Amino acid sequence: YINIYSGHTNNWAVLVCTSRFWFNYRHVANTLSVYRSVKRLGIPDSHIVLMLADDMACNHRNPKPATVFSHKNMELNVYGDDVEVDYRGYEVTVENFLRILTGRLPPSTPRSKRLLSDDRSNILIYLTGHGGNGFLKFQDSEEISNVELADAFEQMWQKRRYNELLFIIDTCQGASMYERFYSPNLMALASSQVGEDSLSHQPDLAIGVHLMDRYTFYLLEFLEDIHPASKTNMNDLFKVCPKSQCVSTPGHRTDLFLRDPGSVLITDFFGSVRKVELTMETINLTDPIEQLESGELQKEMHTYADQLPVSEIIHQKPKQKDWHPPDGFILGLWTLILLVFFQTYGVKHLKHIF
Amino acid sequence: MGLLSDPNRRRALISLLTRLNTPICIVCYMAGVAWFMGLAFEPFTLRTYMSENAMGSTMVEERFPAGERALATGREFSAHKKRTGGMPVEWLMKTMQAKGLEVFTQRFSRTLPFPDENKERYMVRGTNVYGILRAPRAPRTEALVLSAPCSPGDNNNQAVGLLLGLAEYFRNQIYWAKDIIFLVNEHDLIGMQAWLEGYHHTNTTGMDWSPLQGRGGSIQAALSLELSSDIITSLDLVLEGLNGQLPNLDLANLFYAFCQKIGVLCTIQGKLQRNDWDSVSGYSHAVQTMMLMVMKQASGRPWGDHGLFLRYHIEAATIKGVNSFRQYKTDATTIGRLLEGMYRKLNNLLERLHQSYFFYLMPSLSHFVSIGYYMPAFGLLAVILLLRALDLWVQLSTPPQRTEDGSSPGVLSLLTPLVISHLTGVALYMLPIRFQEMAVEHFPVSETEAVVLTAIAVYTLLSPGTEQGWRVLKLVAVLYLAVLLGCTALINFSLGFILALTLVPVAAFVTPHVPKVLSAFILVILSPACTLLFSVFFFQELQEMPISFQDGWLLFLSVISQGILDHSLYGSLVYPLITLLVYPCWLLFWNILFWN
Repeated sequence: YINIYSGHTNNWAVLVCTSRFWFNYRHVANTLSVYRSVKRLGIPDSHIVLMLADDMACNHRNPKPATVFSHKNMELNVYGDDVEVDYRGYEVTVENFLRILTGRLPPSTPRSKRLLSDDRSNILIYLTGHGGNGFLKFQDSEEISNVELADAFEQMWQKRRYNELLFIIDTCQGASMYERFYSPNLMALASSQVGEDSLSHQPDLAIGVHLMDRYTFYLLEFLEDIHPASKTNMNDLFKVCPKSQCVSTPGHRTDLFLRDPGSVLITDFFGSVRKVELTMETINLTDPIEQLESGELQKEMHTYADQLPVSEIIHQKPKQKDWHPPDGFILGLWTLILLVFFQTYGVKHLKHIF
Repeated sequence: MGLLSDPNRRRALISLLTRLNTPICIVCYMAGVAWFMGLAFEPFTLRTYMSENAMGSTMVEERFPAGERALATGREFSAHKKRTGGMPVEWLMKTMQAKGLEVFTQRFSRTLPFPDENKERYMVRGTNVYGILRAPRAPRTEALVLSAPCSPGDNNNQAVGLLLGLAEYFRNQIYWAKDIIFLVNEHDLIGMQAWLEGYHHTNTTGMDWSPLQGRGGSIQAALSLELSSDIITSLDLVLEGLNGQLPNLDLANLFYAFCQKIGVLCTIQGKLQRNDWDSVSGYSHAVQTMMLMVMKQASGRPWGDHGLFLRYHIEAATIKGVNSFRQYKTDATTIGRLLEGMYRKLNNLLERLHQSYFFYLMPSLSHFVSIGYYMPAFGLLAVILLLRALDLWVQLSTPPQRTEDGSSPGVLSLLTPLVISHLTGVALYMLPIRFQEMAVEHFPVSETEAVVLTAIAVYTLLSPGTEQGWRVLKLVAVLYLAVLLGCTALINFSLGFILALTLVPVAAFVTPHVPKVLSAFILVILSPACTLLFSVFFFQELQEMPISFQDGWLLFLSVISQGILDHSLYGSLVYPLITLLVYPCWLLFWNILFWN
């Protein structure tokens, strides 16, 4: 029995732009264009975690304040007037990103900053910025490695925080970021292979910067043709931006994914499509309200489904570790003690001890 | 055993050193000169490239439209300048205010130590006028400066006009992240020095100026404009600043990139670029350009109003408009667009320019040689001094053949020449200015002449010492020269190299045993003063304006007086260096020659 339906009930998106400064305008435009597509296809703001490391729309150097353009000659303003940025500026850090993914956020974190996914959620994760072989740079001061990312996804899997996950990355040498994944139900796309640079698209002379990266530009063009009822599948997404347009070679990874990519719809990840069945016949529903005897209390209490069962973790016994020979330090310490003892008292006393 | 700790090997090494000392020295000298000449050879240079990521490429759209209006403003400025006979302060203030800038003035006054004949001024009094364009949305933490000098006569009117036209255009844009200060300074460098000192709250030269009422943030970059004609054929970039300091190479790269984008002919040292580097004339053209830069850097003068900014770690350059007889002409709108593009790119900067080189030589505008490539030329010359020092050390440590005088050369016999030569240097430094007050009817430079001649005369009469004594003195003198030249070359490579070229042979060959008259003559030829004289003639040759001997001599004297003035007005260090350090060192060698 091959599962061709996704079995998901809700969609989430985590869109991250990791670089700041005016000359990295295109990374913010990349993220905002994916945000725009995802919103247009139905995912509400409450289910989108948008992280932008710098504010381009209100940067002092922006000749068109409150706008971020993705096409030159200012054809498309991806900033719009209803953008909701959840993590902004210096809040975009590796720590915050990993905390969002794994759900380990302090209790005071507002809902808009949390990824409240469950085991029936399909999550889209989009990262863009400056990267290298095995790492992605956050804000000029830190990096996230592909190992950390893979472990974060494994944590998500073990805590049943996703049903299926689509990971898209648009950086230089992006394919290195998905090499280390080992959790099931992950599909990954990258804009360039290891050793290749992802290139930027066109500059806008009035603004004075490059507006978009090539891969995301063609991705945006591809997504503009998708509407909520589209039946386009992942195999078409893999064909976005061939080498002739992108100059780099986009890559993808599907071996961890249980379904065949040809049966995965684009809207499974980019949209929030509800399965609606129209019917003309009446359905008898059982009466949900039961009459209780007066004075009898409900014995069965509703319990809170704890996403992070802290109590279990704290009281967990540590696993039995394999026995290791004593530490070098302990050995050295005992050797020293013995040496001093025999130095002071002489070896002839040895026979008195043993 | 190691090479140096094994006595046999050490003896062999030392004997090799003493036997081959002179040949190695000669080879090193030739190699040093050849390396220096080879720097201009194009395959040994690198193409210039933009290092600063934030500036990116030249992708901006320049839309400055009002070149003609700027020229009209320049004509108005010229008329008002004639009417007031100096800086038309009220008119400038009114015009800048009408364009929407915050306008302030600064008064300054300075009495020069002696009258300046080149610019005909003695008691200088003036006003600087500057307007600040505040960035519409940014905090006032950083600033850029565009300046044009208010020159007497018909010079630089178009520069001020273009400055005002750009000010009006910039005021209408909203993308400025830094304040832009438009400065019109009077009495060129003196006014600029007063403004910079007032802006940074320092007073290093003893000038009298009124404090600045308005200020921007810390200045990131500055451009100075010199434009004296309505139509130009090329733009010249001037980089050399005070004490031979150069702005960051990225500023030159930015200028060159925009010249190529807009299609304006751009030159450096007034020389066009040539493509035939493999021909003799092409190579000599590159050598001439590089030698001009070396000469200008060695003089330690600021060659444009930008030269004084560099001391405050503000990258600055001067752009001069040149109108010569060429077919293709550029109008004011195009120059305005070039400046607009440069300022938009400088606006994108997040930190001061620091990614590219600070020490370089440019044989042409598109090629450069960095410090790592040119320093070995000087290093080869310095090695000669070290080899000589080693040789002397070896000679001193072998015991003397005849013990005619049991006493080793005392410290006193060593100290006396040192102290006397340094005192002479101090006298040379202080006397010209002091005696100027007493001898008003003479030209100031003849004072300098007189002091130099008296010093030399006085000195040859003193010469104490023993046989070994001169070796010790020479060792000390050679090491002293090596350290001096090394430090000079680090700060101002051109000055260090030129001094090394003439002083290192002197240091190497002079002993009491060489023929005295011939050596004295060579020593005088290679002394710093004569080096300066030859450099003056050489500089004129390079600029293709050769002059006669009389004119050359007068130019030489004016160069000395300008050097003294630069030192007291702007703090240039070339004059104190030469008089207080290099000249005493040369006198030590003179003393060694006349040792008896």
